[in-house]
Amino acid sequence: MTQKYQRIPTKMVPAPSHGILPERDVMERPVLETRNLGIDFGGLRAVEDFNLVIGKTEIAGLIGPNGAGKTTVFNLLTKVYQPTMGTVLINGRDTHGMNTVQANKLGIARTFQNIRLFGNMTVEDNVRIGLHNQISYSTASGILRLPAFWKGERAQHERALDLLSIFDMQDLAGHQAGSLPYGAQRRLEIVRALATNPSLLLLDEPAAGMNPHETEELMANIAKIRDKFKIAILLIEHDMNLVMGICEGICVLNYGRIIAKGTPEDIQNNPVVIEAYLGKKKEEA
Amino acid sequence: MTKYKKPSRNFITYAAVILAFLICQLALSGMIDGFKMSRSLKGQLIPICVYIVMAVSLNLTVGISGELSLGHAGFMSVGAFSGILISQYLLHAFPEADLELVRLIVALGFGGLMAGVAGVLIGIPVLRLRGDYLAIVTLAFGEIIRNLINCIYFSVEGRGLNFSFLDPNLPGTMLINGPMGATGIKKLATFEAGFLLVMFTLIVVLNLINSRSGRAIMAIRDNRIAAESVGINVTKYRMLAFVVSAALAGMAGALYGLNYSTIQAVKFKFDTSILVLVFVVLGGIGNIRGSIIAATVLTVLPEMLRQFGTYRMLIYAVVLIVVMLASNNPTLSSMINSFTGKFRKNSEKEGDKA
Amino acid sequence: MIQFLSYLLNGISLGSVYAIIALGYSMVYGIAKMLNFAHGDVIMIGAYMSFCAIQYWNLPPILAILLAIVVCTVLGIVIERMAYKPLRKATSLSVLITAIGVSWFLQNIALLIWGANPKSYQSLVGFSALTLFDGQLHITGESIVTIAANIIIMIALTLFTGKTKMGKAMRAVSEDKGAAELMGINVNATISMTFAIGSGLAAIAGVLLCSAYPVLMPTTGSMPGIKAFTAAVFGGIGSIPGALIGGILLGVIEILGKAYVSTELGDALVFAVLIIVLLVKPTGLLGKKIHEKV
Repeated sequence: MTQKYQRIPTKMVPAPSHGILPERDVMERPVLETRNLGIDFGGLRAVEDFNLVIGKTEIAGLIGPNGAGKTTVFNLLTKVYQPTMGTVLINGRDTHGMNTVQANKLGIARTFQNIRLFGNMTVEDNVRIGLHNQISYSTASGILRLPAFWKGERAQHERALDLLSIFDMQDLAGHQAGSLPYGAQRRLEIVRALATNPSLLLLDEPAAGMNPHETEELMANIAKIRDKFKIAILLIEHDMNLVMGICEGICVLNYGRIIAKGTPEDIQNNPVVIEAYLGKKKEEA
Repeated sequence: MTKYKKPSRNFITYAAVILAFLICQLALSGMIDGFKMSRSLKGQLIPICVYIVMAVSLNLTVGISGELSLGHAGFMSVGAFSGILISQYLLHAFPEADLELVRLIVALGFGGLMAGVAGVLIGIPVLRLRGDYLAIVTLAFGEIIRNLINCIYFSVEGRGLNFSFLDPNLPGTMLINGPMGATGIKKLATFEAGFLLVMFTLIVVLNLINSRSGRAIMAIRDNRIAAESVGINVTKYRMLAFVVSAALAGMAGALYGLNYSTIQAVKFKFDTSILVLVFVVLGGIGNIRGSIIAATVLTVLPEMLRQFGTYRMLIYAVVLIVVMLASNNPTLSSMINSFTGKFRKNSEKEGDKA
Repeated sequence: MIQFLSYLLNGISLGSVYAIIALGYSMVYGIAKMLNFAHGDVIMIGAYMSFCAIQYWNLPPILAILLAIVVCTVLGIVIERMAYKPLRKATSLSVLITAIGVSWFLQNIALLIWGANPKSYQSLVGFSALTLFDGQLHITGESIVTIAANIIIMIALTLFTGKTKMGKAMRAVSEDKGAAELMGINVNATISMTFAIGSGLAAIAGVLLCSAYPVLMPTTGSMPGIKAFTAAVFGGIGSIPGALIGGILLGVIEILGKAYVSTELGDALVFAVLIIVLLVKPTGLLGKKIHEKV
């Protein structure tokens, strides 16, 4: 039912502050802006001078060889780690001193490289947990079964099925999340993140473990999510077909530093990037 | 389309408890021939209710919230002594008022409240830790509470309440007398009250589990980092489970205390915490109905084994070890699984966990 | 001042017993990742064995101690094989409950054999007390022997785990069971060995404990067991010097607390210090930090 996703190259223009944005997003406030972001682990500088701007409806890619610090960047953006230097602005708000929960409430949601679902719970309950702050009622009305409880539960149920239908998963609502096939688990994680009503969705290797057909479908769905929810998406991915096929702006990380930024076309022809991936003459790939 | 959430399994639990209570009432009244309750079993009815409440509330911490607590008896003792204190104070301060039921309700409420407060105070430091470290600190708090209660003295003089720490010399009638505990308690606990407390506990715990807050608690248990990433306040919900569990244990403690004429803090030693934990584990972690059954059976079992005299606790220990070994034996459990496979598939479809 | 010194020595002596017990806890936890609640009861069995050897069979003290060590070592291995080994893959909670079952089992066996009445234990230490400062400071023979035994055991164990093949295998297994197995280490034998050593030490601790505090009952081991476990956590579970420091600090705090604060609150103080330490250093004084990878 999903067709092959066909990317129309986006016109990227310089952002008012720094970096580049899709032309359509230039007049809007960027959803994410980092300035000289960095973190030390002990003496090791895992990420430094990380500057990135993501437009309001941009699909951006973060790529780089293994160990380049991509997931560390995600952990910095979602405040799992507190940065040692620099700032992260989400929708223009400085996240200094915030924790993961507060960052999520500001509009940043993510998936994980190693899937972190609530495996013993049903698919629907996983999504409902994502809806925790969106459709809420008090603990007391839950215990006393007040009308607020019934209203909230019904609203959560409907919204959960609605969200699951993005990936055609509404029929799986009653299944145990941990028993789903791998690809479905990855999709469920995306739905759960979407349930928190983010303005920026971070996907950590969404296509890992998927077959080419599933990856095609995923690409179409990522675009669909962006169009439907009008949000920005930043993804880490090793599958270059996916990255080059869907991302508008790409940022390449190596040894914790950005070595290149630009459109897919720029990146594909950038000698520094090719060197980082394939190595110089004598080094191995 | 899946059907809208059905609470049917919870109703089975409520119905079973109500049925068991009615059968006990019939047996007590002697209306069923040939089914008479022995004296010792009659004496166990209130403790059974107390231990059910203890096990269900501990299951909220251990099974639903996933924190191993070894100090649950500490909250029970806080509830017991504060419940006894307020009930005895009311008895002595207002001797003309003949309000046993009011005193019982006030005692349970106050016991639960004080245990809840203790839960907050202990939860703040304890919930910063994880795993076995959390377990050992709850054990430590349980022992500290017991030690502190041994140093507390309360007496009543007219309508005044006197308190001292470590100093046993107080004027008036002693209510709580340090290591000697509470003496001269007017027994208020009844089986009916025990039954109602069990029902109250079940409603609170089951409704909590099957609600937004309960899902948040279980999400934190299953994957803390993922729960944080979707905006769940981890501290708040771990605390919620811990405090609700403590308050329920406090109510159970108050009922327990008011079932005896004297009671000492030794009664709420570490061993009691362990005993309740055994109920929870044998009943099934996170399985509320299992907790009820295990608490009942294992409270009655030592009485039933009384004919074996000094061997009974030995048998009890062996039973415990054998059950643990058997339930973790892969060949045995696969046998049981294939036996109950059909049943299990059906219950999985319901997609309910409580 | 002299008074304080005497309390301090008592504390170190009691703490040395805790340290020896804590070693057993700590080694077993390090290698099998389980809280062996029955450890305290092995102490009690050791004490009873030496008691019988002296009272009923008239053995010399050295033989009595050896007998206790042998019995406890065998007991430790048997418990591990029968009760814990089948649970290697079970949840830690199942193992904990089984350990509690074993603890009750041992207590009730002791109750059946020796009865509930406390036995008054005759000290196995032949030394007379040492008197210093014109008779003001009195150091009991038991204290001297306990502290000396503690030092010897600590040095021996450090050498054992550092230098011998078996000791290195133990460290490897406690670090990563799977990898150790792939390197050709017999994991089951190593775990059995750990239980054997821990239980043998428990026997020594039992003799020393009851020589200093001569009341022997089926529940004698449970409180020192819990406190020693606390000591192990306090010092950083899995660490030999941690057990030493934790044990001695705990003993000193307990004795000084009972002497200067209140007898009633001595235990509460011990546990309060444990809580404070864990809040400041969540893995104990010498424990390693654990990071969760996201």
